[in-house]
Amino acid sequence: MAEVEVKKEKKQMRAPIETGAPDGFQYMHPTMRKNFGQWKWHDHPRPGVLRHAAKSGDEIWTVRAGTQRILDVFTLRTLCDIGDKFADGFVRFTIRSNIEYMLKDASRVEPLIEALEKEGFVVGGTKNSVAMISHTQGWLHCDIPGTDASGVVKAMMDELIDEFKNNDMPNRVHMTTSCCQINCGGQGDIAINIQHTKPPKINHDLVSNVCERPSVVARCPVAAIRPAMVNGKASLEVDEKKCICCGACFPPCPPMQINDPEHSKLAIWVGGNHSNARSKPTFQKLVAAGIPNNPPRWPEATAIVKRILSKYKEDAKDWERINDWIERIGWPRFFELTELPFTKYHIDNWRGGRKTLNSSTYIRF
Amino acid sequence: MKKHDTPMLDELENGPWPSFISGIKRLRDTHPEKRINEMTNDLLGQLEHSYETRKGYWKGGTVSVYGYGGGIIPRFSEVGDAFPKSKEFHTLRVQPPAGNFYTTDILRKMADSWEKYGSGLVTFHGQTGNIMFIGSTSDATQHFFDEINEYGFDLGGAGPCVRTAMSCVGAGRCEMSNINEHKAHRLLVNNFIDDMHRPALPYKFKFKVSGCANDCMNSIERADMSIIGTWRDDIKIDQAEFKEYVGLKGRKHVIDNIVTRCPTNAISLNDDDSVTIDNQNCVKCMHCLNVVPKAFHPGDDKGATVLMGGKRTLKIGDLMGTVIVPFMKLESQEDWDKLVEIAEESIDFWADNALEHERCGEMIERIGLVNFLEGIGIEVDPNMVGNPRESSYFRGDGWDGEAVKWYERADAKDKDTA
Repeated sequence: MAEVEVKKEKKQMRAPIETGAPDGFQYMHPTMRKNFGQWKWHDHPRPGVLRHAAKSGDEIWTVRAGTQRILDVFTLRTLCDIGDKFADGFVRFTIRSNIEYMLKDASRVEPLIEALEKEGFVVGGTKNSVAMISHTQGWLHCDIPGTDASGVVKAMMDELIDEFKNNDMPNRVHMTTSCCQINCGGQGDIAINIQHTKPPKINHDLVSNVCERPSVVARCPVAAIRPAMVNGKASLEVDEKKCICCGACFPPCPPMQINDPEHSKLAIWVGGNHSNARSKPTFQKLVAAGIPNNPPRWPEATAIVKRILSKYKEDAKDWERINDWIERIGWPRFFELTELPFTKYHIDNWRGGRKTLNSSTYIRF
Repeated sequence: MKKHDTPMLDELENGPWPSFISGIKRLRDTHPEKRINEMTNDLLGQLEHSYETRKGYWKGGTVSVYGYGGGIIPRFSEVGDAFPKSKEFHTLRVQPPAGNFYTTDILRKMADSWEKYGSGLVTFHGQTGNIMFIGSTSDATQHFFDEINEYGFDLGGAGPCVRTAMSCVGAGRCEMSNINEHKAHRLLVNNFIDDMHRPALPYKFKFKVSGCANDCMNSIERADMSIIGTWRDDIKIDQAEFKEYVGLKGRKHVIDNIVTRCPTNAISLNDDDSVTIDNQNCVKCMHCLNVVPKAFHPGDDKGATVLMGGKRTLKIGDLMGTVIVPFMKLESQEDWDKLVEIAEESIDFWADNALEHERCGEMIERIGLVNFLEGIGIEVDPNMVGNPRESSYFRGDGWDGEAVKWYERADAKDKDTA
């Protein structure tokens, strides 16, 4: 009887159609389809607006707007309504979760912007602006978050909104936030990431039931975890002097609790640049740590970010990204300008870290 | 339904930037479905609890749809007794169309499907590039997937597998585009669809495609295999446009912002305000094209550079991708087949040789680039290094044979281009 039921159940299951990534062509604006690969130049008539011209003489206008990223279906439909009424019903999303409307008729650009702003969306994020902060899931959904990236981003964008709407920066500023050191938010000109400062607290009663111990041992970047019998139970122990508090053991072994309401701090990193323009791509570098993880609005972190941005804006030359700017003025000047302390923790001691030291007499006085 | 008090989250409704909290509250307060009102109410309750205690309360598990092993991020609440209606709150990762293009029609269709089964919360897109449908019970995932799968959408990757890929707007709108980014994106990822849906690799493997060296997809920093458009003939210059720009901005501006910013000093501003480029030393960094997009354009002999091994810190530290193929054409069927073959060879070799939880770049770091190249059948090339070896400790037993190979390859190349 049971067997018959299983068979019946199987019959009802629908086999997936493994179509993979859909073809974007079917959703592309007809003008873009027509001129695919045949674009000639673009310009930037105003913040948040791009005009692309094709060799055929056709033009396509793009209006970019920032949103809350985590969209409810009502907001998504509002964005669609605006697209149907003022654009041609064709949109895309940027890598930083901005929505872009594409339209042919230039006279509808201003009414579109007006409609977006009326609904509370923010037009901008193009060229030398502070772009929307790309971020991770945080307390809303992640299983290992030290903070709520969505909340940090909302609080920060409230303060940086004018920089998003205008083009007053020397070059574009890409910011990211991440809720742990795995850094899913990615590299950024400025990155705000949680930094754990204490080794995991281990619930030895649970380890042997929940964790595959050898793979947890293997996961540790500094070989600080070893098997141990604790209170007669097979468990794991951490060499706390070696431990760098990265949290990598937590996902495969949740009884090794790394999140700590008191000791999880924010750290700020600068100078990550994905582009090859002017210089090779760079990773971000630590500039500030020990910043309180202070919900709901994280004012301490925002204050430091604003300070870095204001010095960059004042001191950098046109087209310098943050890494280009610091490369020119040197790190001592960066710390002096931003009034951030330089500590022993800024000196890299990871493998290959010696290459980051100054082996020259290049010193600015 | 008793609404949870959310004094801390309420603070995130202040200020001019659109508020995700207000959005969740809209679902709680105004959505016609009671199920969604209750689910989002408890979600807000748990989130407020996280804000108060500064801790997360989700744990993973195993949830998938029939026939697949991945694509869903399972979330079960550790405080489900207090917030029962959102105690199962899984995310479905769904692959976006290449280039992230949508019509309002298809977005509405997705919204309709999602509110039938899920929380009503969605993100375009997560950091890997997926559409994130956030908040589904275990039972509902199958129904939602079945519905969107019928109109052409498929799950992405989660776990140790080939992950969802990303590509820029590319040839669809951008004059800097050098390849068909969307074709590269779909060809690669759809070729490995079995490796995406049934996670069995050492760890994650990501493809990202950018049409030029501006690398808007961050592929060198983030992708195990990065495809970046470039060209190998001369940059195209519209001298009239350039002179107009000089006239508009002045010579000092042009010297300070273009000439002196060229990483290989390949740009000269001439006395008559025209420009000369030392094309042999141009590294196609894109800076001058970015500054004067009307005057500078990519050449005609377009193709791609392929890099491999980019990733973030865990476990051995950050790694950029490394050049594996300095230049390849991506036009004929043969060219595309070759790209897929490189990906296949690389993933096969990595799957056979990587340690558990070891990214491709980490394996290359451990075994050395040469062993990797030999494993995938690609010859060494000086474009793969920033500089040759610095350490004097090496064994050069096969030196003479390798030198002969170099000359043979150079001869073959000469014949090829003759």
